[in-house]
Amino acid sequence: MKPRTMPADPMIQELIRQAQRAQIGRRTVLAGAGAGAAALALAACSTGGGSTKPTPAKDKSATDKKVNWANWAAYIDEDDAGNYPTIDAFTKQTGIKVNYDVAVDDNNTYYGKVKDQLALGQDIGADTVCLTDWMVARWIRLGYTQKLDHANIPNLKNLTPGLLNVDFDKGRNQSLPWQGGFAGIAWNKDKLPGGLKSVDDLWDPSLKGRVGVLSEMRDTLGLIMLQNGVDISGDWGDEEFNAANDIFAKQVGDGQIRNIKGNAYLEDLKSEDTLAAIVWSGDITVINAEAGDHWEFAIPTAGGTLWNDNFLVPIGSPRKANAEALINYYYEPEVAAEVAAWVNYITPVVGAKEAAMAIDPTLAENQLIFPNEETLSKAHVFRGLSPAEEAKYNAEFQKVLLG
Amino acid sequence: MAFAAFATTAGPGEEVQRRRSPIALLLLLPGILYLALFFLTPLVSLVLTSLQVPSATGEPGVYDPAFQWENYVTVINDYWPHILRSFGYALIATVLALAFSYPLAYFIGVKARPWPLLQSLMLVLVIAPFFISFLLRTLAWKQLLSDESFVITALKALSVMPPDAHFTGTPVAVIFGLTYNFIPFMTLPLYTTLERLDVRFLEAGSDLYASPLQVFRKVTIPLSMPGIVAGTLLTFIPAAGDYVNASRSFLGGSDTQMMGNVIEANFLVLENYPAAAALSIILMSVILVIVTIYIRRAGTEELL
Repeated sequence: MKPRTMPADPMIQELIRQAQRAQIGRRTVLAGAGAGAAALALAACSTGGGSTKPTPAKDKSATDKKVNWANWAAYIDEDDAGNYPTIDAFTKQTGIKVNYDVAVDDNNTYYGKVKDQLALGQDIGADTVCLTDWMVARWIRLGYTQKLDHANIPNLKNLTPGLLNVDFDKGRNQSLPWQGGFAGIAWNKDKLPGGLKSVDDLWDPSLKGRVGVLSEMRDTLGLIMLQNGVDISGDWGDEEFNAANDIFAKQVGDGQIRNIKGNAYLEDLKSEDTLAAIVWSGDITVINAEAGDHWEFAIPTAGGTLWNDNFLVPIGSPRKANAEALINYYYEPEVAAEVAAWVNYITPVVGAKEAAMAIDPTLAENQLIFPNEETLSKAHVFRGLSPAEEAKYNAEFQKVLLG
Repeated sequence: MAFAAFATTAGPGEEVQRRRSPIALLLLLPGILYLALFFLTPLVSLVLTSLQVPSATGEPGVYDPAFQWENYVTVINDYWPHILRSFGYALIATVLALAFSYPLAYFIGVKARPWPLLQSLMLVLVIAPFFISFLLRTLAWKQLLSDESFVITALKALSVMPPDAHFTGTPVAVIFGLTYNFIPFMTLPLYTTLERLDVRFLEAGSDLYASPLQVFRKVTIPLSMPGIVAGTLLTFIPAAGDYVNASRSFLGGSDTQMMGNVIEANFLVLENYPAAAALSIILMSVILVIVTIYIRRAGTEELL
């Protein structure tokens, strides 16, 4: 037998050396116990949580001329050089420097990232954030937002009247809409020249395995509930929800629905894995411009969902007045029209349509950006959920997603 | 965590002399502090989180400290198919990766010895994928193997695949992705042991009238065992916890979700932090147990 040599693999060698060094003695045990205790102390700090509501930070906007704005991707006008023209104009006009940060990828993940700081009333690094209605409702409920001073936002008069008294923020004292959009159905025009009319058309056997839906529970199940004849803004309960979720589970189980995603669904439309899907309105305009005119969007006959993303000022922000100046600026009809022309979502600003006429008349006619009464009558807002309902419905929905 | 298993199996040192000096301890201090801060603290926090109960306010995502060990029972009841699936997929991917990598490593490390340039070139080819983010590579596979792609339409035209079959979103796609992504981790350790394989042992085996198969089974495999053990561990452990390949945004679908995806959904969407933490601990413990048993069975202590 040849003498044993160390194996050649450097990782294994290192592991052996470590193992040989790891002789347990009294001292090492004591050291280990000390480290463990220290870790426990640190861990205790990280998992502590108070139930009292945090208090707003002191405003130092007058001396600190900047504002940090956290928003979603592709959600503001951008020129080819990567500048944001409307933001630059705002800085020129007011002298307030804007740090625009594409920090929000998903309502839940963003919330998960900042919630512990919010609970302690700390600055989360953003003086204003745009989040979706239901998440804004939660922030307001938990006291994580600052009261907006309407005197600083005179352009509030331009807010679309229907958006003033929403159930989570009557009179809009804590939040103001940034952009809104529809969830509806879209399909590949080349492969499905006949088009789709309703959510039930997605369940056609010829589309087996080629259907996509959104991983946002309110949009996907909202559309199915509408198809079932439920008024999603009205008073519905477990029975209606479960009926819709059962349809969803069956279509996933049968392999009819193959792709369930957030914004990544656009890739499936492009690769044609998905031929028909539940989608967000603005995205279809964007990919038609980007990847050739292959897709068409429609609000289903039974109706689509309507949502808004809203500005809010987090509790720990010391620059509320600057944030208010920014919000006020984006409620100028001309500015709103410029943003709408780029992002293709619904602007909440009255007068933006007239301003858009001046930029491009076809833009002003686009029902997905400037919907008329008839279009709006087909769109419904998913009703607010109580915390218990939200936990329950989310769990049911995720159960289907996780298979 | 999983590598702690090595510590229990390795024998006392032979060549390494043990020296204890204050300077050595001082030099160790940063490392110990680092581990305490970035490994021990999160681990303790994870254990504490896994035992929390929902807050009495009923607000989603808010939990109070407690000793709710039932959390573990609940997640096992809810997610046992995902747990089994994770280890099943990881096992299949490891076996496949070994089957692909062994001949490759053998060729590079043994057969290509007369041509060092070829050896280096092939090694570079094995390592080259690391130059591109594996997320991008996985996404590229998703596009290459989508329903309307050349590969899939060709396979369907040749009747290899039924006309209404898909590739993405199936278990086959996930296992394919896992195997593909971890092949370099299998090949490199195998190569390092095979590269030092003394071919005279093989010649001796043949001289003693062993068939090529017998030589391979009785000489080559035992001599390359350290590489096999390292490679399978480097593949199996990350594959079991992988959540990228099985994710619905990559190669997976709703019926291929692995433990990593369940943990992700619980952490980010459901805000059920105790469940996510409990699942993470279960994943770590099961891997630890499997690896310990594996190392003992594979007789690595003999090899070390």
